[in-house]
Amino acid sequence: MTDTDLTTMNAALSRLTSDESVLRLSETEAEQKSGYQAPTEEGLGERMIMNMGPQHPSTHGVLRLVLELDGETITRSKPVIGYLHTGMEKTGEELTYLQGATNVTRMDYAAPLFNELVFSLAVEELLGLEVPDRGQWIRMLMCELNRMTSHLLFMATNGMDLGAVGMMLYGWREREEVLRFFEAVTGLRMNHNYIRPGGVAADLPDGWDEELSAILDVIPDRLAEFDLLMTGQPIWRERLQGVGVITAEEALSLGATGPILRSTGYAWDLRRDQPYLKYDQVEFDVIVGTFGDCFDRYAIRLAEIRESMHIVRQIIDKMPEGDYRSQDKKVTPPPRARIDESMEALIHHFKIFTEGFKVPEGEVYVAVESPRGELGCYIVSDGSSHPFRMHIRGPSFVNLQTLPHLMKDAFLADTVAIISSVDPIMGEVDR
Amino acid sequence: MSEAETPSIDEAAGVEGSAEAASPSPELLHGVPVSDSRGQVVLHPSRDEYVGLVALLRESGYWICVDLCGVDYLGYGPQRNLPAGVTAERFEVVVGILNHTDRTRLRLRVQVPESDAQVSTLFHLHPSVENPEREVFDMFGIQFKGHPDMTRILMPDEWIGHPLRKDYELGAIPVQFKGASTRR
Repeated sequence: MTDTDLTTMNAALSRLTSDESVLRLSETEAEQKSGYQAPTEEGLGERMIMNMGPQHPSTHGVLRLVLELDGETITRSKPVIGYLHTGMEKTGEELTYLQGATNVTRMDYAAPLFNELVFSLAVEELLGLEVPDRGQWIRMLMCELNRMTSHLLFMATNGMDLGAVGMMLYGWREREEVLRFFEAVTGLRMNHNYIRPGGVAADLPDGWDEELSAILDVIPDRLAEFDLLMTGQPIWRERLQGVGVITAEEALSLGATGPILRSTGYAWDLRRDQPYLKYDQVEFDVIVGTFGDCFDRYAIRLAEIRESMHIVRQIIDKMPEGDYRSQDKKVTPPPRARIDESMEALIHHFKIFTEGFKVPEGEVYVAVESPRGELGCYIVSDGSSHPFRMHIRGPSFVNLQTLPHLMKDAFLADTVAIISSVDPIMGEVDR
Repeated sequence: MSEAETPSIDEAAGVEGSAEAASPSPELLHGVPVSDSRGQVVLHPSRDEYVGLVALLRESGYWICVDLCGVDYLGYGPQRNLPAGVTAERFEVVVGILNHTDRTRLRLRVQVPESDAQVSTLFHLHPSVENPEREVFDMFGIQFKGHPDMTRILMPDEWIGHPLRKDYELGAIPVQFKGASTRR
């Protein structure tokens, strides 16, 4: 963590609140004003207001940007979101705690296991439930693998956005290796509903460690190829270095977390600084950048893949034996075999899946480090089997606020590089 | 699943606790009533104290405002976990702030009455709340005074109602397409 003091924080604050980079137009105003804008008396020269997205291949889904241009330079901009809003927080109030994981997993679809994890941790915190060691280690294993797939996806899309089209195929190929492992463990490649309140849905399959070791042996060479293809290439560096620069103080004031904050040299990682699961028992480095530009954000993610592999190797060695989910009969359904021989077990199973289990009243906020930053879950329970309020603090939603500041005075051609380096997942932004 | 270690309540409670005659004096932290929720520290400032408190905490190292959300407590059955002296209102604005230096997290719960659903914005202290406050406005109809862009964020501009309110009618809404006849 770097030192920052109130003076620099206040300087950043006054820069950010002076309203020089955010174009605050409502949707209708933006429509009316789009196109050429004649010079005004307030000293603004000729400008052009342009709309980018929501259906643009490089906007990672349905992000829309309203840009104010002075020639080729962006003066002000504003991200317009909500095109993917499906009311998932409202839906969450209608689903039982057991069903809740299926809902949240669809928010950040590139890192679904983190959503399930943070939701389950919050529910367990309310229940006062302790998950057995093996369950926690499995969760950690799956999450670190998921961090790798998410960052590999970033490598693919970031490369594609910048014209390194081959990268798209390589990123997806490596991601596929890990997704195949996910399929073997959870049955699905995405939206797993694997981490549930009380533990995980199923134990790891036989031979999981060999399968995983095989994957871990392949990927380092492929990452070296990435380095060859991109990291050292002058074209790649030209496109990214010094583009979309942000300082640590600005990032903090804008609530940015994850690789965006760390790219400024500010070492903050919840896995190390507020450890959850068993992160205090594995060794890993928190990767930080120096300049806070697009290149640092790219390099951090690439290094974090390696760091995650380092953690996964340790987990393979340390994976304990035991239960993979809590044996608390209130939240865990009876084993399949019991259902065949016991009427009570059948009723119990039925009740858990229809009525759900009751969670004591209270409110709790839990945060984990997702590939995009702090992923938080705030649950208010009224003692019933549904959350009274379920709020997800999506890192992409908050990180998007940095966009106008990153794009200030950048060239139009750099917008795509900058959007890509923030790595927003619109499912999580709009929820 | 351990949260941040919580600051000891005794050491910070040095602020004067002028006990009101009517209610038993509540425990204070940073000058406002404090409660504990599953080991997490929750502050309960009034709407008037709220911005001042966040400014004070910001100066003492809570650089980042990580989360801001709303809760509608309409129809909430059980007794709410509020310290003595805090009157429960229909809405709550819940703010999470984080101190990186001593790695502590604080949560602020501000009571917002239904009849006057507005609070002051934190934008001038933490620009990070711009989108979250817009979301709370969009979803709950709570106005943030002084916010530079108090518009809807997730729902369309012309939308009527605030979907996350508990009395918002759930049901099927006919899908409308511009310029298309609705007849199938």
